[in-house]
Amino acid sequence: MNRQINFAQAILEATEQCMEQDPSVYIMGLGVTDPKGIFGTTLGLEKKFCNKRVLDMPVAENGMTGIAIGSALVGMRPILTHQRVDFMLLSLDQIINNAAKWHYMFGGKMKVPMVIRLLVGRGWGQGPQHSQSLQALFAHMPGLKVLMPATSYDAKGLLISAIRDNNPVIFIEHRWLHGVKGVVPKKMYTVPIGKAKRLKKGKDITIIASSYMTLEALKAAELLAHDNIDAEVLDLRTIKPLDDKTIIESVKKTGRALVADGAWKSFGISAEILTLIYEKAWGSLKCAPCRLTFPDTPTPTSWALANNYYPRTGDIVNTARKIFGLAALSPEELGIPCDTPMDVPDKTFIGPF
Amino acid sequence: MKINKTISLSLYYHMLRVRMIEEKIAELYPEQEMRCPVHLCIGQEAIAAGVCANLLKKDYLFSSHRSHGHYLAKGGNLKRMLAEIYGKVAGCSKGKGGSMHLVDLSVGILGTTPIVAGIIPIATGAAFGTKMKRESNITAVFFGDAATEEGVFFESLNFASLKKLPVLFVCENNFFSVYSPLSVRQPKERDNLSLVNSLGIKGDKGDGNNVIEIYELAKKAVANIRKGKGPYYLEFETYRWREHCGPNFDNDLGYRTEKDFLKWKKKCPIGLFEKQLINNGILNSSRIKSLKQDIQEEINDAVSFAKNSPYPKSKEMLSDVYAG
Repeated sequence: MNRQINFAQAILEATEQCMEQDPSVYIMGLGVTDPKGIFGTTLGLEKKFCNKRVLDMPVAENGMTGIAIGSALVGMRPILTHQRVDFMLLSLDQIINNAAKWHYMFGGKMKVPMVIRLLVGRGWGQGPQHSQSLQALFAHMPGLKVLMPATSYDAKGLLISAIRDNNPVIFIEHRWLHGVKGVVPKKMYTVPIGKAKRLKKGKDITIIASSYMTLEALKAAELLAHDNIDAEVLDLRTIKPLDDKTIIESVKKTGRALVADGAWKSFGISAEILTLIYEKAWGSLKCAPCRLTFPDTPTPTSWALANNYYPRTGDIVNTARKIFGLAALSPEELGIPCDTPMDVPDKTFIGPF
Repeated sequence: MKINKTISLSLYYHMLRVRMIEEKIAELYPEQEMRCPVHLCIGQEAIAAGVCANLLKKDYLFSSHRSHGHYLAKGGNLKRMLAEIYGKVAGCSKGKGGSMHLVDLSVGILGTTPIVAGIIPIATGAAFGTKMKRESNITAVFFGDAATEEGVFFESLNFASLKKLPVLFVCENNFFSVYSPLSVRQPKERDNLSLVNSLGIKGDKGDGNNVIEIYELAKKAVANIRKGKGPYYLEFETYRWREHCGPNFDNDLGYRTEKDFLKWKKKCPIGLFEKQLINNGILNSSRIKSLKQDIQEEINDAVSFAKNSPYPKSKEMLSDVYAG
């Protein structure tokens, strides 16, 4: 009943079940069949479904994306994986010019059902070209859907929805989530695309997050409770189409909003959500909504620099405290354990990724 | 070369029809009612006719911006094409694509796009899909000489060869990418056939203004593909008579010479073949006249259909972003 598996296992299970159910589903990507199986998310698939449906591929991201699109036009349902988002930038032409627009520019006559799984890194010196978070880039494009689950349950349910969806779906997985366990039913189920989820109910402030930032936001909400600040935490789950309704309902109730987006500040998801709040919840706001993001610089490699690059639980707490006129506190004062280096997800991790 | 009468007449008819339709577009374009770019293939009709004569209705076709000829030769609906160019809701893409985005699923035309070489991996993927589904149709994709300079050209051919995909790559070399000649784009030592062969793909080069030669080479290539021997590459030299985009002649611009144009005009694929067919007793002037008359009527009908069709309603702008 309450079986727990980690995020990576949830991805694997969703893929396996979809492939069992629908022979048109296939998975392709660099390393899909290698001994590590994309951080465990594709392990055993080749043995089970043979190499015609589980394929390693030439190192040709743009061409192979076009090939996946072409196969989708004739009835296949490809899942394309990239171990780092940074490499898939080579395929932006095919994604933006073709996948995103094919349905529209041919008057709705054809569809491109495909999932592009992108892994987002963080820490251990990933540096400028191994750790970018580009959800805003994809969310900007009409025709694409963008998903960023935070929990194992949503990872499985949303991946199944994405594979069954008749549109190109960008599915972003944070590497630091892969090892995180959660309750995941064995049976097939879907989580709807386009629906945010309230993970904690509260009345004083709405914290809006996605992917790994959701975990930080949940921890922050617990700490804020010590100061009698009752935070509501929304996990976006889907970046595009954005669940305006859930966000606005919550902000209208609390009158305060903090967006925590694991990406750059300017022109990003946080800017979009703040605008949405100004446009649709202006009259309910008790103070200016605010945001926590990465600084507008490439990711530095040295851990001495990267340690201060990513916003964390303490930063969320302090940003919220400021709204309520409370002074900022150090992680020690907040009671946040400081015994784990900041460039690894947990103590068991010994690098490299 | 021995000429089969039925096939020859069909090739002639298709070339003539494409030519007359393109000429009509050029004639009407200045009215400013066709408000989208048009890339006419006048002068290059033989390749469309010669290759498509070897394709079955169920075979898939993809092409580039200069695709009217391929669309028509494969059997694409003329009325829908013209309505699309006029931006009408009855257009093949409901007015959302225009001349550069033609489609007719009923005859296997799965799309045309203008991003240079961008369509090549899509076509390769369609062939990959049919192979995975164990379907017997093959896929043909048309592109220009500049497309062979793009990375995805190599990426697609590499994968097509690796998986022995049923896909026919057809390069129409008209020597120019817009105004840029081959000499500023490719080293003179370059030979696409050697490149293609080195990827394990068979190929042939031919005269793009000789429809019978094109037909025969395509026949061999298609037979090879249908036998499951993998992809095939064809390259034909030809010449676009009019400007890269639009209805006019542009020899005055100076990027190519009037002399060159006249040389190629003498090699008109339709004129040459017509003469050959007349000499062989397959065609005569009264037959030509009646063919032209039939085509003209069809064109007039289609133009009138396109012009009289309604525009899409403005709310249509918002539909078809996502597939249901």
